[in-house]
Amino acid sequence: MANGAALTLGPVRLVARWSLRSADHAGRFTFLLVDMLRGLAEWRIYLPRTFEQSLAVGYGSLFIVLLVAGFAGAVTSLQTGYQFTGALPLYYAGAVISESMILELGPVLTALILAGRIGARYAAELGTMRVTEQIDALESLGRSPISHLLIPRVLAGLLVIPALTMFANATGILVGYLTAKGSLGLTYGDFEYGAQFFFRPLDLWYSLVKSYAFACAVTLIPCYVGYNAQQGAEGVGRSTTGAVVSASVSILLLDAVITKLLLTAK
Amino acid sequence: MIELLNISKRFLDNVVLDGVSLDVHDGETVALLGPSGVGKSVTLKTINGLLRPDSGDVIVDGLHVPRLGRKEIQQLRSRIGYVFQYGALFDSMSVAENIRLGITDEACSSDEAYCTNRVRDCLRLVNLAPDVAEKYPAELSGGMRKRVGIARAIAGKPKYLLYDEPTSGLDPVNADVIDGLVERLQDELGVTSVVVSHDVRGSFRVADRVALLWQAKIRAVGKPEEILQSRDPAVQQFMERDLEMALIQSESETDRETHGPDV
Repeated sequence: MANGAALTLGPVRLVARWSLRSADHAGRFTFLLVDMLRGLAEWRIYLPRTFEQSLAVGYGSLFIVLLVAGFAGAVTSLQTGYQFTGALPLYYAGAVISESMILELGPVLTALILAGRIGARYAAELGTMRVTEQIDALESLGRSPISHLLIPRVLAGLLVIPALTMFANATGILVGYLTAKGSLGLTYGDFEYGAQFFFRPLDLWYSLVKSYAFACAVTLIPCYVGYNAQQGAEGVGRSTTGAVVSASVSILLLDAVITKLLLTAK
Repeated sequence: MIELLNISKRFLDNVVLDGVSLDVHDGETVALLGPSGVGKSVTLKTINGLLRPDSGDVIVDGLHVPRLGRKEIQQLRSRIGYVFQYGALFDSMSVAENIRLGITDEACSSDEAYCTNRVRDCLRLVNLAPDVAEKYPAELSGGMRKRVGIARAIAGKPKYLLYDEPTSGLDPVNADVIDGLVERLQDELGVTSVVVSHDVRGSFRVADRVALLWQAKIRAVGKPEEILQSRDPAVQQFMERDLEMALIQSESETDRETHGPDV
């Protein structure tokens, strides 16, 4: 029924409605960011909660992040072996595995996994608190939901996600090396030579910059979507799905933009 | 004193409040009655600034609520206890932690001994045993959750108490217990209260004055006996419907007592 009504609106009205909604979201998101910046002064409230959240999301996500990074390293290693054998010196595999993990696979895969894990958790938690009036209750007790609920979650993500990315990079490279050793007979000396041959210290900064940008997408978008959830259980489900999809798409967009900017600067 | 001056509120095309005016004097309990979805909770939320009216003014303790800044509204809210319809307890926290959040005075909230005593006092005021403090909201019945919600609302020693449907979803026995509690808190704490409800009998029991919200406007205000004697067709319709519902409810209870529960 709703879709039928939407179709009869005509394309112009649909575009106008979409534009208005986007402007509304952009405005509210900006106000939320401003409120969060203001709330940074209330460190006595959010710091203890930040540590709790960091432990919960960081420790809980470590296994899945390392597992995915390990598989990514192994597959990269097998693909490199398949493409390079007989065509290029074997030590190139060391360069390809380490650079792929540090520049692209480590940050992006980690962020995508965490968009599902942390993003869904934040959106569902805050959405449930919104529809069960827990956020209203907090406000009615004269307490700020921004410093009690949002800032700890965002700061925890900003602390934990870059660290997890670095662990993912290291795991991917290690598993990639072990796979290359088993399947291609690559020695540690050749792997190290190849990895160091193309490595620049800037690459690690590049990985870190990406992981911070992705951490913003993984935390801020689900917090905003969950905080503004409406209409009961269905609304919480919709906001959780929307949060994960929006965060994932934002990660891919940010990846393209940052890659272009950083490689141009290089 | 709480003053609602000609407030209006709409959500998209739905006009919820249209020029609502109401005064609640210090120490008084006013029940705001009306059918479901008529804007009673919206009215309540404009009093502590959870919702901002589109037009009109809300004055609490001489402060114009819609014009208050972030800090000022937080300070005002610490003087207003709010009891939510479904309790709105923080489910990741124990009952004691929930009630402690209600202690809004910064100096007291960091004093461990004060907080422990205050939690115990609040539980006693709402007739709950001290061991409930260690339980989580999921372990409590509906009536107990409502009582913990009230305990949290009074923990900060508020001057005003706003109740949003305190008896909805409860069986008549528990509803009577909550009504008795509202009445007793009024006597013991001397707070100014606004009780939003669609339960006529309970509201008449606890309120000094009753206001009927009907089709986005205040239709009648007066003492319970004045409302009962009103010749306004809308008031009579609402009262009769509620009394019919009460009759059906009491008949079904009598049936259950005589024949046992339905299977």
